[in-house]
Formats: sequence, C-alpha cells, structure tokens
Amino acid sequence: MTTTEGVRSGTDDAGRPDFVSGPWQDSIDLRDFIQRNYTPYLGDSSFLAGATARTTGIWAKLSEMFPEERRKGVYDVDATTPSSITAHAPGYIDQANEVIVGLQTDAPLKRAIMPFGGWRMVATSLETYGYPVSPELEKIFTDYRKTHNTAVFDAYTPAVRRARSSHLITGLPDAYGRGRIIGDYRRVALYGVDALIAGKKNDRAELDMEPSTEDIIRAREENSEQIRALKELAQMAATYGSDISKPATTAREAVQWLYFAYLGAVKEQNGAAMSFGRNAAFLDAYIERDMAAGVLNEEGAQELIDDLVIKLRIVRFLRTPEYDEIFAGDPTWVTESLAGIGEDGRPLVTKTTFRFLQTLYNIGAAPEPNLTVLWSDALPEGFKRFCAQVSIDTSAIQFESDEIIRAEMGDDAAIACCVSPMRVGKQMQFFGARVNAVKALLYSINGGKDEVSGKQIAPATTPNAEEVLTYDTVFPAYLETLEWLAETYVTALNCIHYMHDKYAYERLEMALHDKDIIRTLACGIAGLSVVADSLSAIKYATVRPVRDETGLVVDYTIEGEFPQFGNDDDRVDTIAVDVMERFMTMIRKHPTYRGAIHTQSILTITSNVVYGKATGNTPDGRRAGESFAPGANPMNGRDTHGMLASALSVAKLPYSEAQDGISLTNTVIPSGLGHTKEEQITSLVGLIDAFTSATGYHINVNVLNRDTLEDAMAHPENYPQLTIRVSGYAVNFVRLTREQQMDVISRTFHSH
Amino acid sequence: MPAVNLGLPSAGAAIALVDGSSVSSEQAELADLHHLEMEAIHNGTVASVHSWELVTAVDGPGTRLTLFLSGCLLRCQYCHNPDTWKMKDGLLTTLDDLVARVKRYKGVFDATGGGLTISGGEPLMQPAFVARLFEECHKLGVHTTLDTSGFLGKSASDKLLDNLDLVLLDVKSGIPETYKEVTGRDLAPTIAFGDRLSERNIPVWARFVLVPGLTDAVDNVDAVAEIVSRWPNVQRVEVLPFHQMGEDKWDRLNIPYPLHGAHPPDEALLVRVRAQFAARGLTVF
Repeated sequence: MTTTEGVRSGTDDAGRPDFVSGPWQDSIDLRDFIQRNYTPYLGDSSFLAGATARTTGIWAKLSEMFPEERRKGVYDVDATTPSSITAHAPGYIDQANEVIVGLQTDAPLKRAIMPFGGWRMVATSLETYGYPVSPELEKIFTDYRKTHNTAVFDAYTPAVRRARSSHLITGLPDAYGRGRIIGDYRRVALYGVDALIAGKKNDRAELDMEPSTEDIIRAREENSEQIRALKELAQMAATYGSDISKPATTAREAVQWLYFAYLGAVKEQNGAAMSFGRNAAFLDAYIERDMAAGVLNEEGAQELIDDLVIKLRIVRFLRTPEYDEIFAGDPTWVTESLAGIGEDGRPLVTKTTFRFLQTLYNIGAAPEPNLTVLWSDALPEGFKRFCAQVSIDTSAIQFESDEIIRAEMGDDAAIACCVSPMRVGKQMQFFGARVNAVKALLYSINGGKDEVSGKQIAPATTPNAEEVLTYDTVFPAYLETLEWLAETYVTALNCIHYMHDKYAYERLEMALHDKDIIRTLACGIAGLSVVADSLSAIKYATVRPVRDETGLVVDYTIEGEFPQFGNDDDRVDTIAVDVMERFMTMIRKHPTYRGAIHTQSILTITSNVVYGKATGNTPDGRRAGESFAPGANPMNGRDTHGMLASALSVAKLPYSEAQDGISLTNTVIPSGLGHTKEEQITSLVGLIDAFTSATGYHINVNVLNRDTLEDAMAHPENYPQLTIRVSGYAVNFVRLTREQQMDVISRTFHSH
Repeated sequence: MPAVNLGLPSAGAAIALVDGSSVSSEQAELADLHHLEMEAIHNGTVASVHSWELVTAVDGPGTRLTLFLSGCLLRCQYCHNPDTWKMKDGLLTTLDDLVARVKRYKGVFDATGGGLTISGGEPLMQPAFVARLFEECHKLGVHTTLDTSGFLGKSASDKLLDNLDLVLLDVKSGIPETYKEVTGRDLAPTIAFGDRLSERNIPVWARFVLVPGLTDAVDNVDAVAEIVSRWPNVQRVEVLPFHQMGEDKWDRLNIPYPLHGAHPPDEALLVRVRAQFAARGLTVF
C-alpha cells in the first residue's frame, strides 16, 4: 500500500483489492478506515442467507446444554484457576466445525473465577453453586493480594455506608467489575498486536518526558500493564493457532482477530457490562473485499457472523444471587451498536448490519449480543423495515436515537451496556449504578429517617409536620435531601473508581483505547416516575400523611385526581424534568476522580424490583414493596393514553441532563400494530420515527401478548428462547426469577 | 386541558338535525347543559369530551389522536364504553384546546401517516364541533377520520363531509330487527349515511362486531355484507371479535350488563364470517 490518500493500489495474491489508503495508515484511526472503505447498502433483506448445517449443528450442541445450565444456575465452573487472558487452555464447542474459535475457559459454558474485583463475590458464588472454595486462593486474595472490594471499603465514609445499607444507593460496583468500558477491538484486526504495542511504546516515550506527578506515574504503570496485556493476547491467540501480531488479511481473520480481542477482555474482566462496540461496517469492509475477489459468498459471510454471534451468546460470568437481583437473567451486555448515519450523510448500514440482525432468525431469538440499532428517520427504508420486522418477530433488539448520539459524539460511538454512548476507543465511563430517588423523597418527609427501619440515615432535618402535604413545603425539603445525597453519591463513586483503577484495572480494554481519553462519571436515578407522580399528587390532589406511634410517616391517603407521568401531560412531566435537571446540577457541584465529566442515566436495569421492595408506601399511592417502573418508564398501568403518549412524556426528559442515557421499555400486543405483518412493520417504523423525532432517546419494544408470558411461566420448557426486553437489555424470560417475571407481566401492555 | 365536569341533572329535549327533523326527545341531552354551554356546543366551539388517546393501527391509518366524544343514542349490548353514553358526563373542552393538541402531534402524524380520529360515544351528537375541528385539521394538513354508527348521519353537514378523509362506519347488523335488538335503534339511517358517503366517494372502512348468539347468524352477516358490498368506496371490512373487557365499566356504572357470561367468537366462527365478506370481493380483516 502507498501512503497516498484515497486510492486502492492493487490486489493481494488472492485478488482482494487493497483497502483505500488514508490517514488510518499513519496512526490509529478506525473511523477514517471505515469511512474510506465501507459500502453503504440501501436495499432490503432479500439478499440474506439462512443458517448452514454447520451453524445449526454448533447451536444444537449448545442448546442441549442450556436446560442443565438453567436448572443449576451454572453449567460448570473452574473453581481453582483465577482467570486471566492466558490462564485457560483453548476450548471448543465443536472444533472441526467452528469457523470462529475461542472460549473464556477450556470448555463451553464453564465459568471462570475472577477474584481481583473481590474475593467475597467469588466465594459466595462458589458456595451457592456447590463448588469447593480453595483455601489456598482464599488466603492469597485475603491475606496477600488486596482486592478492589476490600480497598473500596477502606475508603468509604460513614455516610456512604449508611446510604448503601439502607438501599438509598444500591448496585454500586464495589464488589464486582464496573464494566461499561468498550475496548476498540477492531484495532487488533486492522493493525495487528505488534503495531498496537509500538503505538503504546510511543505513548510511553511521551509519558517518560513528563514530570513524575501522581497522575503521570499512574499513567506509566497503566501503559506497562496495557503492553503486557497485548502480549498476553497474542499468546492466547497463538494457542488457538492464530498469529495476530500482524493485521488480519481475510474476512475470516478480521472476524477472528476482532473476537480474540474481545475474548481477551472477557477472560480477564467480570465487568457488569462487557459491550462489543460498533463493528458491523468495519467487518463489512473485509467481507465485501473477499466477495469481490470471489473467495467468499453470502452463505459464507453469514456463517462468519452467525458463528461470531454464537460465541457472543455464551459469554458467562460467575455471579451471586444478590447480583442477579439487580441484574436479572444473567446478562452480559455484549452490546453491538448497528447502523446510524455518518457525518457525511451516508448511512452506516451495510449488508453485514443486516447479517447481524439475521442471526436472530438463523439461530433463533436471544438476548445477547444486545443488538442496538442507532435509529434515524434518514436510515434507508429497507433497513428500517427489516429492523421493525425483527423487533416484531423476536422482541430482541432496541433502538437509540442516532441523531442525539451523533450530535454529541460523532459517528463512531457505541452503546455500552444499555443506553450509555461513548466514542469507541476514545472514551470510557466510571459506572455508578443509581440512587433511589423515591426513598430520598420519603427521607425528606421524615427528617432524614428511613421509612422502613426508622433509622437516621440522612442528616437530621425537621420532619414534615403538615396534616395535608403541601408542595411548597415538601419540594424544598426534598431538594435539601437530594443535595446531601448527591454529595454522598459522588463520594462513593470516587472511592470506587480510584480503587478499581488500582486493584482491578482493565488492562486489555484500556490497551485498546487512545492514550488520552474522555472519562465520564455515570450517576443515575431510579424511580423518577414515582417521584413525579408523588409530587404531582401532593400538588394537585389532597395527600395526608399517616404517622405511626413514633411520628414516622409510613403511609399516605390521597383524595382527588392528579396528573400522572406517561400521558403527555405537561403538568406532571415538567416535575419529572425539573427533578432530573436539579439532581444533575447538584451532582456537578462535586469534584470527580480523574476529572471525569459528570453524567447521569435514567435507567434501572432490573433494580426497579429490588429498589421497590426496599421502599415504603409513597404519596402517589404506590404500596410499600411494590416495584418501581423500569428506567424512565411511567408506572405500570398509569399510562392510559396509548404507547406513544407514554413515550412522548419520556421524550421530554432532556438528554443534555442525562448524557448517560434515558431508558424506556414498552410492550405492545401484536394486533396493536396492525392486522397484517406489513401493516405492523409500517406502524412500528412510524412509531420509532415519531418517538426519535420528538427527541426520544431510547426505546425497547416488546411485541407480545400477556398470555404468552403467562404460559411461559407455567411451561418454561416450551420457551427456551423466548426473549423479552426488560430495561436496556433483553433476557431469556424463563431465566428471570418469579418476582421479575411478575414485574414484567404487570407492566402496561398497550393494545394500540 | 381545562375541563369542567358538567354534572347537571337530566331532562328531556329534542336534538335538532340539520335537515330540520329531530331525534327522540328522551335521549336528547343538550338541554341537560347550561344554556351558554349548550349554545357553545351547538356552535361547535366546545365539545363534551370523554378522553383522548394516541393510538396506532386501530382507528385509521398510522398513529392517530383519537378523540372520544361523550354522548350516544345507541345502547349496544356489547358496548365497551358505556361511560361515553351521556354527554353530561363528559368534560367540556374548547375547540382551541383540541386544535392545539392536534398541532402538538402534527410531527407524529407526519412520521406515521396518521391523523385525527373523532370517535365516541357518537361524534355526530356534536356535529358542528366535528365540522369545525375537521376544517381546522385540513388547514393544518392533517388527515381526518370519523368513527360513527351512521345513525345520526343526517346531522353531518356537507361542509363536515368536505373535510372528511375516511369514515369508520359501524354496520352493527344487516337485518333491521337484529339491528334494533343489538342497538335499540333503526338500521335505515346507517344505510342512508353509507349511501351518502358512497355518492361522495369518501373512503370507508366498514366495521362489524361479531357476537356469538347475537350478531353471528348467517343471514345477518350476509345482510351486512350485502349492504357494504354495494358501496364501492369501502376499502376494507374489519370483523371485530367481541370481547368482555367492557364489563367492568357496566358494573361500575351500575347498569345491568346484557352480555354477562357471553363468549368471544372462536376461530372457526371468525373464519366463517370473514369468508362471508370475502366472498363478495371485499378486503376483510
């Protein structure tokens, strides 16, 4: 290849045209490579190929193993080998037939232990599933090697501990891997590991010239760790017979190199969300080239993607039942971001974008990888209709606003986890779970005391003494409590991420980032719709507190009607907007570790259930223990003006004040979209266009009847692949706990 | 939206129709309302509104703002909205407020190919208002749909029809006696309204609610199909399977529910009835 920009200079020995040259050859620049080398596809889905016998054979082998995994909770565990990039011998599902290889351990579905996050999580998990806990490892990770978990608790303040144990702040990544970091796994395929190491050494030379401040010393140590991780990655690939030191030259190699890079990350890190990035257009450049040379056909191309997706579907981590309560259904968030529009106006839709979606037909519906379509009304019609069709048929994909994400982060951003956008290889986040905004409201009424335990958790303030609650009294008191909560929350997150960097650093994922990156501190709110409805009830109806013998407010009586969030009613929707904006402002007041930019999400994962369980009666009439709505959703059954009205209320929450994302999950019955499949597709395309045009950020769409879910609860064996979107991710419905299943069933099923 | 629950006592009066005739006095409810409110409804500057929803795929093409007006003269046994029967139970809402809401969803209508649907109740109880709102919609370039039994078709002025893009016309039975049993009213006005729509070539989606034991007789269905098939402007027929989801509302209103214990049609019956329509060359869902 020459260094002249914008030309193809020739072909390789097999007749593959060279890639179009450009700045991507002089420094790491994946976006430049993609923009110069991808082929937009504007047609429909008719070119796609079905599954080959090889693909279905591999999937069948795994499918035979899933029932046992479901029954036992895990299929198998390697209880004695702390995982690393190179710790496990190669593993295969069906070696002779796999076109893409590599497993986290030496056998499929066998989970590894990853003790650097915390020993307790490992030991509890092993005990739960009946595996022996190695006394030797216990000694190492208790006496000799400090873990992230131990370190965080060394640094927590008493206020953080109180807020944590009272369920005011829950789900913090202080005992497990924080995740939500997307390595730019494409770099390994495009450049090969040698070039990446050379790049890191250049970075190091720069760092060596800086004065040795604490920041620079840390950066140098991290740089060394990154280089070490890249070397280990090459070693691991070599055990599978691949030399990834040099760039991938074929489509199969590109998929394989990319997957090895990702595999290295999930061998080493048990992150809450181990997302995959934005890979389809990148891979498509290689596939198109092989096809042009006549060495790959459509069936072969689909087989590569199908086999890759099979691997992504069986990423597993060893986790505790408490963890499952917050993140139900064993999710891994192998999120792959698809489509979107380029900054030059060309759609980033390729045939390989279709091929990823096609996996849901070829090997059936599944929750992982978490296929996420970056939606714009400017996407090609054929692609929009295929997305809608897949959504209706599988309920497995989600949609996020490409317009919002591109405006903020350009056209090479991807979603981590559910709704968190980041520039691939240039940005990471410090995941911060979320606060219980509902409990905070109850604390403000009770002078900082917990409504369940009666304990003083927040600083003591004057308890509300009104006979009828007034907005003018309740709201300022709430803001005071939120100010304290914001400070406590940022304190907790700073402690966590300082220690995570120190004791459980993501060496490989960060090796696949630039030297200087943007960091965000991703805070979050749970229960926003309950807060909005509660404040609306206080404002528009007559709410009387009910006090127990100690004077603690434990219940509320409500007279009269009040507007409820989820009906496109500004009277209450503005309350929700006001609360989220104010809390974001409060968060921003507090300095962050490593200068991270403050953000927040309106997202609960499935913690809406466990948060609800820990929260007393609320002024909106919600009963103690009742689940909150997931994410930014209106409360179940209160959104009575149709699915779109519900979505339009959520669309009012401004993205600028929730840059980590705003999640909405809706369920519509199939007939609610039209009589025929064609009509249903047209309706769904229109609905998503209407929602995103109204500045809606994210929407999960389930197209399901309640009967189906009830039948699946009664006969789970008949629904091994029934997939449903619960929050920013999808699950196998039958893998949810009964409680989680009931939560899903009690949500609003829109009939139109 | 600002709204007033009228909550006024009931009294009898006649509803004047456009052509000078009137419908039976005991059902006429305009006189229930305060004089000024009555005048406003007559003028069509306010309406008695039950509720609104944004709906997709059920009340016309695309996603629609469906406005449910209060007041209906029919008493269909299978009615799933008995809370919309009385105009006095609605919320008085101004035309301006509703135009504002239509404007609010213009983007939604554009994105989905939708528009405004006025349903009820029986929207033609408040024809002046319907005419005005449709006129405003057309000024905004918004598609309009009327969901009606056609019983008060005479109330629809030519001007109303000028601004009407689609009619969801309920033909609740094809045999006059059955129609009366189902609704308590006569079939003829519905046929007359359908003829008028046909003359004006206004597109119609005909609807028929299938209730086993009430509307499912072969000759009754044939009669509906016969009526519908002579209107070339009918684009589709929707056979709607009866469901029991309305029973709660009857109970809450303390009205004896005539179809308690009735079953929805089974698949075989639906297939048979749809085939009866299809046999006449109609597109049927």
